[in-house]
Amino acid sequence: MDGKTKIKAENLNLYYDGNKQALKDINLDLKEKEVTALIGPSGCGKSTFLKTINRMNDLIPNCKIEGKVIFDEKDIYGDNIDIINLRKKIGMVFQKPNPFKMSIYDNIAYGPRIHGIKKKSTLDEIVEVSLRNSYIWDEVKDRLKTNALSLSGGQQQRLCIARALAVDPEVVLMDEPTSALDPISTLKIEDLISKLKKDYTIIIVTHNMQQGARISDKTAFFLNGEVIEYDLTENIFMNPQNPKTEEYITGRFG
Amino acid sequence: MNTKIKDGILLALVYLAAIITIASLFGILGYILWNGLGALSFNFFIDLAPSIVTTMIVIGVSILFAVPVGIFAAIYLNEYSKNRKIVELINFAIDSLAGIPSILYGLFGLVFFVITLNFNWSILSGSLTLAIMILPVIIRVTQESLKMVPISFREGSFALGASKVMTLGKIVIPSASRGIITAVILSIGRIVGETAAVFLTVGTVNKMPSGVFSSGRTLSVHLYLLVKEAIGPDAFNEAFGTATLLIIIILVIVLFTQLIFRGRK
Repeated sequence: MDGKTKIKAENLNLYYDGNKQALKDINLDLKEKEVTALIGPSGCGKSTFLKTINRMNDLIPNCKIEGKVIFDEKDIYGDNIDIINLRKKIGMVFQKPNPFKMSIYDNIAYGPRIHGIKKKSTLDEIVEVSLRNSYIWDEVKDRLKTNALSLSGGQQQRLCIARALAVDPEVVLMDEPTSALDPISTLKIEDLISKLKKDYTIIIVTHNMQQGARISDKTAFFLNGEVIEYDLTENIFMNPQNPKTEEYITGRFG
Repeated sequence: MNTKIKDGILLALVYLAAIITIASLFGILGYILWNGLGALSFNFFIDLAPSIVTTMIVIGVSILFAVPVGIFAAIYLNEYSKNRKIVELINFAIDSLAGIPSILYGLFGLVFFVITLNFNWSILSGSLTLAIMILPVIIRVTQESLKMVPISFREGSFALGASKVMTLGKIVIPSASRGIITAVILSIGRIVGETAAVFLTVGTVNKMPSGVFSSGRTLSVHLYLLVKEAIGPDAFNEAFGTATLLIIIILVIVLFTQLIFRGRK
């Protein structure tokens, strides 16, 4: 596998409530400017793994992590890690669209503002560029001051992607970003993802195997907290090496 | 058939409950306004001016003390405290405080603020006593409204690199503001209506206050004295007039608070 390594998990173990092990000895090498899909049945640890990358698991009480996650050659669980800066560089889009109860403009400007940008003209520019890059600008440019919650679900999700892009991340984590959306909105988001990978490293958790096959370069198959197989997406879907992977992608369980 | 009868009975009970609620509200309001509106006059306002001013200052000072403490306490309990036992203990204390009869707060205020701290019978003593009394309402209602803010809002903010304080200040508390405003309105209602605790701490002197160290007589205490001790020749009519004024003040405050809130939205 070529390409520059962006994120690397080394012997990563994660426990909830002291003894429930959710991730078992994960070793993964995620490349820069690629789309990596994480697939697997519910409760297999793929979302949990995703949240270890920007340390969102910190919010969960009694969650213990062993091993390393290397991002740009630094262990994000090591000492002297600035979580605010880490999350600025590693953005996240959630399963359910979660725009804030404020205007479309303020939603996008929220991230830049908390990172210290105050100048109106700079903010205006960031808002426009982020919305354009998320292909929602034309739909909202005339109503930037309206409440973001008045948008449709699909628009809200693209707004959330724009919000993540507004702080200029290098990596975008997506946790089943289309599972709450209709088919047309889903297609728009998939389209968007394939355009974004030019500039961003994207890691996406998906329940929908066709989606994984359509949009990703590499795929990791998770089962019971372990990575069973990790390879080029075409290999995983056309020629899986592990019988469990084959069983899953042919729909025998999950 | 059986189910239909049951449905009918239930429906009748529901309607009855609604009618009783509305009828008692409008009955009381109507009765007081009917008897009281006639008493309102320019001279009446002049006579009552000291009590009106005292009441307003007591409301303002109590809210000033109680609201920040209550909101910060609720934020601590909901957002910061990790020790569940301590939270339960504090919640138990809050619920117990809420259940104590107001005369006991008055007694405490009399012993502690009036005598021990030597604030004498004053607006300050009364306001501090009332602040403690309304604290449970503010904490509880604020806690509930903080709980209503979806976790996804917090996650969205944290994922953008916001600190906890920023997330609270810019996302969580604004989203909970409606509940917090409700807490303030409920508290104002309790302050305006409180008699026993105020009687023991602010005093009964009918004079224009010159500051928070003045003693005075709030409208509710004035009402109590009019009815109980008939301190004037026409006390009963004056009592209805005072009651009418109290109702008007509460209505104005509620409308005003909601107006501020809508303006912010």
